[in-house]
Amino acid sequence: MRILSTLIAGLIFGTGLILSGMANPIKVQNFLDFFGSWDPSLALVMGGAILVTMPGFWLVQKRKTPFFNNVFHLPTKTDFDFRLLAGATIFGVGWGLGGFCPGPAVTSLPLAAKGTLVFVPAMLIGMAAAKLTSLKSRRSI
Amino acid sequence: METQFTPLTSLTGGALIGFSAVILMISHGRIAGISGIISSILPPSIDRSEISQSLIFIVGLFLAAPLWFLIQGEIPVQVVSDNYILLGIAGLFVGFGSVLGNGCTSGHGVCGISRVSGRSIVATGTFMTTAFVTVLVLRHVVGG
Repeated sequence: MRILSTLIAGLIFGTGLILSGMANPIKVQNFLDFFGSWDPSLALVMGGAILVTMPGFWLVQKRKTPFFNNVFHLPTKTDFDFRLLAGATIFGVGWGLGGFCPGPAVTSLPLAAKGTLVFVPAMLIGMAAAKLTSLKSRRSI
Repeated sequence: METQFTPLTSLTGGALIGFSAVILMISHGRIAGISGIISSILPPSIDRSEISQSLIFIVGLFLAAPLWFLIQGEIPVQVVSDNYILLGIAGLFVGFGSVLGNGCTSGHGVCGISRVSGRSIVATGTFMTTAFVTVLVLRHVVGG
């Protein structure tokens, strides 16, 4: 059940990305293009997701523990540090340039568009590089 | 290239994404942050306690497109740029930025906002703004 729940969650997530249009980079870029071929669809993706997660998370938190874990692993940071703002800024530029964010890019791998096959390895390198810098900064403190 | 406004499928797809996030939360107590899940299996600091669950979730993502093909009888519609240099830079930025900022569209944009996390609301506003400006420059300044 533990494995199955994770597999199904991944499958539903990927299906949602495809159905919604998030896995189509040109649709993402059109959403971000107010002064051109604007397609507002993706606002509804975020809206639809939050309509489910907001009450869903609230209900889940009424339980003391999740089914297959001892504790809820929730982010505890509340401060706005440089890393958060710089990271979000850089992420947004990349998202605008390619029309891909991590979930849709990975979901698109089996479709094997050449652009995806360039994007995903570059994304993994970027992630590893960011992990490396955070390890170094932690050591220097 | 124009794309059609698809309110119904986008809303339904979004609801599926939210449903998946609730499944992860109730079964494992984890935030469905895709950049976090993917980066947890990467060096230099592989999270060994979570590596199997992360890999299984990624396998689930991989299976979505084949399942779509089986049910719909057609490959999901997708237009990806063939400017590989641009996509390479985009990939580096998305990977680096999402890990540095502790989240992407799913972790901050959906899960964080649902938890009314101030950090996530600020992060989402920031990346939406820079993405908007990037497309503006790419299509209307550089692209002309």
